[in-house]
Amino acid sequence: MFADYSMSELGAIFAMQGFAGLILFSVFVLMALGLAIIFGQMGVINMAHGEFMILGAYVTYLVSNFFAAYLPGLFSAYFFLAMILAFIASGALGLFIEWSMIRHLYKRPLDTLLATWGLSLILQQIYRSVFGAREVGVSIPDWMMGSMPVTDLIEIPINGIFVMVLAVGISLAVYVMMFRSGWGKQVRAINQNRVMAGAVGINTEWTDRLTFGIGCGVAGVAGSAFTMIGSTGPTAGQLYIVDTFLVVVFGGAASLLGTIASAFSISQAQSIMEFFLSGSMAKVLTLLIIVGILMIRPQGLFAMKLRK
Amino acid sequence: MTDETSKKPNTGVSRRAMLAGGTALTASLFLPKQLKAADYPTSEVNTTGLAVTDDTVTIGILHSITGTMAISETGSVQAEKLAIEQINAQGGILGRKIEYIQEDGGSDWPTFAEKAKKLLVNDKVASVMGCWTSASRKAVLPVFEQYNGFLYYPTFYEGLEQSPNVIYTGQEATQQIIAGLDWVAKEKGAKSFYLLGSDYIWPRTSNKIARKHIENYLDGAKVVGEEYYPLGHTQFNSVINKIRLKKPDVIYAIVVGGSNVAFYKQLKAAGIDMTKESPIVLTISVTEDEIRGIGGENIEGAYACMKYFQSLTNDNNQEFVKSFKEMWGDDMVIGDVTQAAYLGPWLWKAAVEKAGSFDVDKVRAATPGIELTSAPEGYVKVHDNHHLWSKTRVGLAKADGQYDVVFETADLVEPDPFPEGYQ
Repeated sequence: MFADYSMSELGAIFAMQGFAGLILFSVFVLMALGLAIIFGQMGVINMAHGEFMILGAYVTYLVSNFFAAYLPGLFSAYFFLAMILAFIASGALGLFIEWSMIRHLYKRPLDTLLATWGLSLILQQIYRSVFGAREVGVSIPDWMMGSMPVTDLIEIPINGIFVMVLAVGISLAVYVMMFRSGWGKQVRAINQNRVMAGAVGINTEWTDRLTFGIGCGVAGVAGSAFTMIGSTGPTAGQLYIVDTFLVVVFGGAASLLGTIASAFSISQAQSIMEFFLSGSMAKVLTLLIIVGILMIRPQGLFAMKLRK
Repeated sequence: MTDETSKKPNTGVSRRAMLAGGTALTASLFLPKQLKAADYPTSEVNTTGLAVTDDTVTIGILHSITGTMAISETGSVQAEKLAIEQINAQGGILGRKIEYIQEDGGSDWPTFAEKAKKLLVNDKVASVMGCWTSASRKAVLPVFEQYNGFLYYPTFYEGLEQSPNVIYTGQEATQQIIAGLDWVAKEKGAKSFYLLGSDYIWPRTSNKIARKHIENYLDGAKVVGEEYYPLGHTQFNSVINKIRLKKPDVIYAIVVGGSNVAFYKQLKAAGIDMTKESPIVLTISVTEDEIRGIGGENIEGAYACMKYFQSLTNDNNQEFVKSFKEMWGDDMVIGDVTQAAYLGPWLWKAAVEKAGSFDVDKVRAATPGIELTSAPEGYVKVHDNHHLWSKTRVGLAKADGQYDVVFETADLVEPDPFPEGYQ
């Protein structure tokens, strides 16, 4: 396969392929962080995660249209505002959903699966009614769409760098919130023992709502970022949901570090295999390996130590 | 392959005038003659108990208006309703207005079969305009054959099928693929091809035909890579790197759905400027409809090969685009399949009038040889194998989401659903 190529060409291709793996890793991290908070910390199986992401994407679409129509001079910077608004919109919807639906189901975690699945169908239909069944085209500012030539052979996509920076930024923010703030401590306390946490004076109801809201908000930001690399349509959220759960479950549901480790290993495995095999085969092998590891280690890569 | 002898697309009146019920009737679309229902007693034109009354005839529309496929199928529904409205405005079929019952396949193949059965058994519809994916067509096929229904199927597809109960108004694979490959080899001097597709039957079969054609019929051309990605795959950076490594002259892409958007956006982000044509991107799966989701600026410079583009300048098409936008809004775009769906009701009308009957068996017998001179794509004719003779065109994608037609076959291309030497 490589006999016809010079060393420098091969080096360039492997460098770019390594970078492709890192982009995939960032995409997985962005997809999974929101769910890791909601599923990992709260135990809510949020099947509507993809729809919260797509809400962020639609917000980006609206903001881009607004800027194109009224503030064309600032169009190149609209994306940052769009991400903030996406966080607010998805977060607000998350708060509302928690209040109206999820809070009644904390004692029945499996039912959250059905309820949020229903929610995902409702949201899809709302998107379809509001924005139409067709995908919408989100115009991305030019500076984000090109590639950056590093050498003659190596070109790095700018949106890839953007996604990577964003993934690192959000991961750090979530880390600080979970492990360095009072709220994070409360979340973890509730996660370990809800009744006891309530007994020592933690407002479990409000903490739950906020956690769910933040998880959804992070999903919204991810959706907003994905308008650069993927499609925005009523059912586009379904494209991400399987991979998202895969990453979170494989990493060990309750561990944020696990989510990141799992995103890294899955993305690297997939991107390396994609390079040497066909796309479908790479996917099959990745899934097989994950299934195999989960059979041996059902709790995932990183499990929280709990007294059983 | 391109030897059809339809040299006179503009004969005003078809010579296939025939006698029916003692009345001479011409099956021509140019002279919409007001046929009176009274001349065609219901008992004579409907001997099999279809939903035909003295002044109406009911047909079915069966597409997904919910679920993933709704994105694609909406345009077909709109085109079919437009055609029905126009036919009714001209006086209907055999003096009867067309009414339709619309069912939702819900992007779910068993649902399609169920709804098809409902339309045929309960509603007794005289024909059905419907289906989009091959999977949905395969699901309804046994139902149509069992209950002797008549389906007009609009999508370009992989071929390898010919049912007595289906008229395929889109192109089968060889019609769509071969002319495009010949063009890119001749005009652009392309020698090496990278075949890429979503992983299901249509891209795989199409690429199989493309590979055979490249290897056996194009001088010195070769396939340097062939690859499939699962439906809904959203990360194409690895394959883009592989394409860089192989340096093909042409990326032959049959990616569909949400993957399409991801593929073209990432191709552009990776610094592959399609307007520079190095490599050339040639696709058979991106119509104007899909470009709306991809964004014109992300696919500018790619070539698409199909039979219809909205930008065709003939009078039929100008008229069609205008009526379509009047009915469904100015921001609508019309893709290949939408146009093919529009042909369905017209082809059926022509066949019914030629047969002088709504009976499925008589309509089927009358169908081969039916010509439409008023089709937006230009003249088409039904082949004995239930597919259409049609021209194939190559379009160059522009930033505004439309195609410039850069090539069209001189003659109609014969449909060949079971191509020898390509299996």
